[in-house]
Amino acid sequence: MPTRRRAALVLAVLALLGAASFAAALAVGSIPVPLADVVAALSGAPVDHAAIVLDLRLPRALAGFACGGLLALAGALMQVLLRNPLADPYVLGISGGAGVGAMLAILLGLATAGINGFAFIGALAAMLVVFGLAHGDGAWTQTRLLLTGVIVAAGCGALVALMLSIAPEHKLRGMLFWLMGDLSQTGAPWIALGILGAALLAAMPFARELNLLARGHDTAQALGVDVRRLRYAVYAIASLVTAVAVTSAGSIGFVGLIVPHLVRLAIGNDQRLLLPASVLAGGALLTFADMLARTVVAPQQLPVGVLTALIGVPVFLFLLARHRQ
Amino acid sequence: MSAAQANAGLRVAPLIEARDLDVAIGSHAVCRDLNFSLASGERLAILGRNGAGKSTLLSVLAGLRPPDAGEVLLGGSDYAALGPRESAKRRGWLPQRHSDAFASTVLETALIGRHPHLGRWDWESKKDAEIARGALAAVGLAGMEARDVQTLSGGERQRLAIATLLTQATPLYLLDEPLAHLDLNHQIAVLDLFAGAARDCHAGLIMVLHEPGLADRYCDRALLVYGDGRCELGTCRELLTADRLGELYGHPLREVEADGRRWFIPA
Repeated sequence: MPTRRRAALVLAVLALLGAASFAAALAVGSIPVPLADVVAALSGAPVDHAAIVLDLRLPRALAGFACGGLLALAGALMQVLLRNPLADPYVLGISGGAGVGAMLAILLGLATAGINGFAFIGALAAMLVVFGLAHGDGAWTQTRLLLTGVIVAAGCGALVALMLSIAPEHKLRGMLFWLMGDLSQTGAPWIALGILGAALLAAMPFARELNLLARGHDTAQALGVDVRRLRYAVYAIASLVTAVAVTSAGSIGFVGLIVPHLVRLAIGNDQRLLLPASVLAGGALLTFADMLARTVVAPQQLPVGVLTALIGVPVFLFLLARHRQ
Repeated sequence: MSAAQANAGLRVAPLIEARDLDVAIGSHAVCRDLNFSLASGERLAILGRNGAGKSTLLSVLAGLRPPDAGEVLLGGSDYAALGPRESAKRRGWLPQRHSDAFASTVLETALIGRHPHLGRWDWESKKDAEIARGALAAVGLAGMEARDVQTLSGGERQRLAIATLLTQATPLYLLDEPLAHLDLNHQIAVLDLFAGAARDCHAGLIMVLHEPGLADRYCDRALLVYGDGRCELGTCRELLTADRLGELYGHPLREVEADGRRWFIPA
């Protein structure tokens, strides 16, 4: 169990890592900007390429950080809610619902705002359907919730495949980019950042109760947790956070799965530290991955979801192999 | 129980009281119109066949599932009125099964027992850690504080769960098969530990047991759950006879006496 001082130290280190990822995201690109100029531009001085830093790279870095933090937070919460280390933000079908909405919007030829709106409505619809079906008669077991979510996700996957197969050629590329996760079309990053902060603030007072929830429904109840209320709250927060992330950047894979695991391996499973640490680590990872996504094969841009998955798959396989020992 | 103790029990509300309790699992009745109360320092054993509903009854008494009728009171208040946190200061519950989805150290696991005693923003203090270390030492797990719970044997995990319960430090312990996975020496050590808590700290004990001889040795009263809605409550001395236990378990038993203690062996 980490002490308060150790928790503060870990968070300070991760905050530095986040700052480093921002520095890289603002400086690196087709037009390299020296760090001194980046700092000057951020402080409002009229330097060369200030517009590139402030208008192009900064919003994208902020969006990347927000989405990474949102996904890592949602993943950590889902893993506790389902008591399943393999759970991720998408396991309960929220990204599937968002995908159906987004594909429909692209097929209808809507602009970015329309795509985002449809994706969010799809995510909310999937969230309500899963909740309603899993809740059913009030017996709300983890297995039932997980199975319902997986089935809804599978249904959404089929709908997405259907729309992809009937889509006209010129729309396919946009649809695929959305599905793989892409930060180039994100709208206002401040909204996502604000929601990230609000969700973390809402979850932190319950962090010790989440520690107990991870140990089982009855154990938590016997130790003084109002399990029913807590699980509803965690489901709502994790789902909304996922919906916001997916709406702004598509289904970016693996951040929500591996970041909580990496943090857990490094510092243990105390949610009081795990939740804020996951937010910082997830934000830093996605900001960094997005910097790579737009520079590795420049001027071509890769969808950032491809890079997080390419980083995530070997890391996760390593974790699984380690776990077996 | 002496008359003086009984009178003392009447003046303050009992630790736990069941009033007209009906418990059923689906259409299978566990008990009907069960009434009993338990005062400080009293020990009650629940005996019955597999599947008779002993654990279900215990979880109703622990407030983890609602009864079909009647009520359970802790010190005169029901669980809804107390709320989960206050309830957790009044009764501890030892689960029958332990599953650890995530890695965690033995000390961290014992420390979760402090949860109801801490405020929302409190972190476990040195004193809490001392309480947890003391509980681990009491169950013979001293020196294993840094071990991962997922690497413990069944018996070690069971003793860790008991240490967590002792860390919770409640006046009433509800134990679902406290001897599961334990060797003979640890069985006696654990029962001695709880008997000591009942004698020295006036803790109340309700435990699901499988060995009528140990129930006779460590408990004042027994509740026999027949599995068809019938329940019998009485002192161990009167209730635990070879005939009655033979009917309870559906197998003839013979009573033998050794060193002044009664044991029941299958005929």
